[in-house]
Amino acid sequence: MLMDAEMAEIAKVFFQESREGLDVMESGLLSLGTNGGAESINTIFRAAHSIKGGAATFGFSEVAQFTHGVETLLDEMRNGVRPVTSQSIQTLLQACDCLREMITATESGQPLDQGRIASLNADLGHILGEASQAAPVAAPAQAPAAAGWRIRFDPVPDLLRVRNEPTRMFAELKRLGRLTAVADVSRIPLLEEIDPETCYLSWNIEMEGRIPREKLVEIFDWVDPNCGLEFIAMDCPGSGQTRPGESKADAPPAAESAHKAGTDSGSIRVATGKVDNIINLVGELLITQSMLCGFADGIDPSELDRLRQGLAQLARNTRELQECVMQIRMLPISFAFNRFPRIVHDLSRKLGKKVELKFTGEGTELDKTVLEKITDPLVHLVRNALDHGLETPERRAAAGKPETGTIELAAFHEGGNIIIEVRDDGAGLNKARILQKARERGLIDPTQELNDEQVDNLIFMPGFSTAEQVSDVSGRGVGMDVVRRNIHDLGGYVQITSREGEGSTIRIRLPLTLAILDGQLVRVGQETYIISLVAIVETIQIKPERLNTLVGRTEVFRLRDEVLPIVKLCDQFGIEPDSSRAQDGLLVVVEADGRRAGVLVDELLAQQQVVIKSLESNFKTVSGIAGATILGDGKVSLIIDVPELIRSAVGRGAGAVTARAA
Amino acid sequence: MTKTILAVDDSASMRQMVLFTLHSAGYEVVQACDGVEALGIAKQSAVDLVLTDVHMPRMDGITLVRELRNLLGYKLVPMLILTTESSQERKLEGKQAGATGWIVKPFNPPQLLATVARVI
Repeated sequence: MLMDAEMAEIAKVFFQESREGLDVMESGLLSLGTNGGAESINTIFRAAHSIKGGAATFGFSEVAQFTHGVETLLDEMRNGVRPVTSQSIQTLLQACDCLREMITATESGQPLDQGRIASLNADLGHILGEASQAAPVAAPAQAPAAAGWRIRFDPVPDLLRVRNEPTRMFAELKRLGRLTAVADVSRIPLLEEIDPETCYLSWNIEMEGRIPREKLVEIFDWVDPNCGLEFIAMDCPGSGQTRPGESKADAPPAAESAHKAGTDSGSIRVATGKVDNIINLVGELLITQSMLCGFADGIDPSELDRLRQGLAQLARNTRELQECVMQIRMLPISFAFNRFPRIVHDLSRKLGKKVELKFTGEGTELDKTVLEKITDPLVHLVRNALDHGLETPERRAAAGKPETGTIELAAFHEGGNIIIEVRDDGAGLNKARILQKARERGLIDPTQELNDEQVDNLIFMPGFSTAEQVSDVSGRGVGMDVVRRNIHDLGGYVQITSREGEGSTIRIRLPLTLAILDGQLVRVGQETYIISLVAIVETIQIKPERLNTLVGRTEVFRLRDEVLPIVKLCDQFGIEPDSSRAQDGLLVVVEADGRRAGVLVDELLAQQQVVIKSLESNFKTVSGIAGATILGDGKVSLIIDVPELIRSAVGRGAGAVTARAA
Repeated sequence: MTKTILAVDDSASMRQMVLFTLHSAGYEVVQACDGVEALGIAKQSAVDLVLTDVHMPRMDGITLVRELRNLLGYKLVPMLILTTESSQERKLEGKQAGATGWIVKPFNPPQLLATVARVI
């Protein structure tokens, strides 16, 4: 039998599957609100049905019972008995929420919220109406067991064709008591007329023993109702009765609609741990390959060509393998977007705003980890757009806009990045008020001049909130800065542009994966560092006349009309450079969060893909370092955390970065 | 000889439950997540028993049984329907499609094995 551990494993699958089922129900219910289609009710019903069946099988009877009510309502809707009203959709949505909590509670062994379950059950019962609730079926009266039975079994000729074996039935009967069976062979035709699949026999069976009638009925339960079947109790001959229900021969089969897959993502479920293992292995392979490449430089020239060819092939194969493996981790962003119809539906009701939610590029894929981590910040941004961005219908009408506002979520690939945009056609940011708030709170220097874009992006500063009233939706003054920090932690970048009266667009740029990085190797003294290629704007030779030293001993470099603070990696990490003079090195201009700085290095080395190894899990967190990798020669090289480096440079440079050269 | 059972259910947890139970009794199990997939498998390899759920996307269990009965080689294969519905009409519908019998959900592993043992 099943071990407890195995059951627990399968139950885990059930929990996960139920959550997916609830997502399907939820999105289906939301789409019912707009266009009620029989197919989506079917899909919702099927999801509820699976949850109920699974819950009952795994012994989560409360979940099963609760789902039964939901399923009953859905079944009536599906059969057209019950109209689809906005009230019933609302109740079903709440039931989905409640079920989700029940499943979480069941999974973690927490007590269920009985009050909520009871109140929703009452709501469901109210919609269903007392009359339509199934009355408990009265248990059939127990007939007294007879001393023996005579059974007349006259099967339909088709019996064998559905694989109902009379011999098996006899074997089972035999287990109940002594059995004598006499076959009636009168219908058997001549040998040449015999169809081997047809049953020509019928039987007279005598059973001894006090056997309850139900036991006998059960054995013949599966046979076609058109079979002749009589049970006669032997101690009271003549009182044989036909089995109830046998006579109603041909009830027409209910029309069975062919179900179509509406929300089937055609995906496989792979444990993330396994995939991570593969990714690690591929990483090792990349290391081996670059080791071989380095080795090839020092061998007999005559063999070099062949070796190079082989290596090129290895490189290509490795790359292809890596791309395939990375694909396993990639999921469409619709996994994150799917949550929004519900959130927007609930929130717009609460705020009394009219909104249409649009998606583009839902199929755009990104790494599962990035996807999971970006979902919460996105929720925050959408809530903000709805709460602060969009105006009330009255205000929109007064401003000559359509009453229904639009929020659009868009995703697309750009280079090695994914761009996610949250656009609204609301009021846009009030620049004057933002500037005033920022000055009041001392977030910027009162005399500092900022362009429009810089003003807009002040909303991402910690402690900034212009909401006049703190609502329970958003506006607690934590939020946008948290959003920005989360995005930074993913190696991404967020930016807002806005036009007053026309709306705002928040643009998020994220790397497609957190596991591999396109890096530029740079040398400082004896050390090799890696800078993400995405962060590098350009690399230049330093002209001494463009170097300046500001107060506070910060060196800056004038690049065209911009003044860049210079970060010396040698000072930062305490290493000995080739030369302490800035003009002897190269300046790598890097950018993050719209700010730039110049990183001083001794030499540029190769560009290559590197596998990011976490420094935190292997050592500890080091400020200015995002991680480490192993190079082809086996040496460990550190990956520069560009945003952090710029922050520290700007901190020391005290605003030099935003100043414009005269 | 080891018997092979084709288990069809759109719910992965149910499939696993059936799989573990049948494995523990020494059966070979082939899985499919809906009627269309099951039909494809059935066309390519022979099985000794089909065990199918009713409500599934793309093709439901009753249609699957009906389609299978039309396939060469599946005339005499026992087919059991897993159902949460114990109504007579539904059972009749299954029988008319050619099902051998049914297993009412929720079931526990011993019940499942006992029912399977009844037909193969």
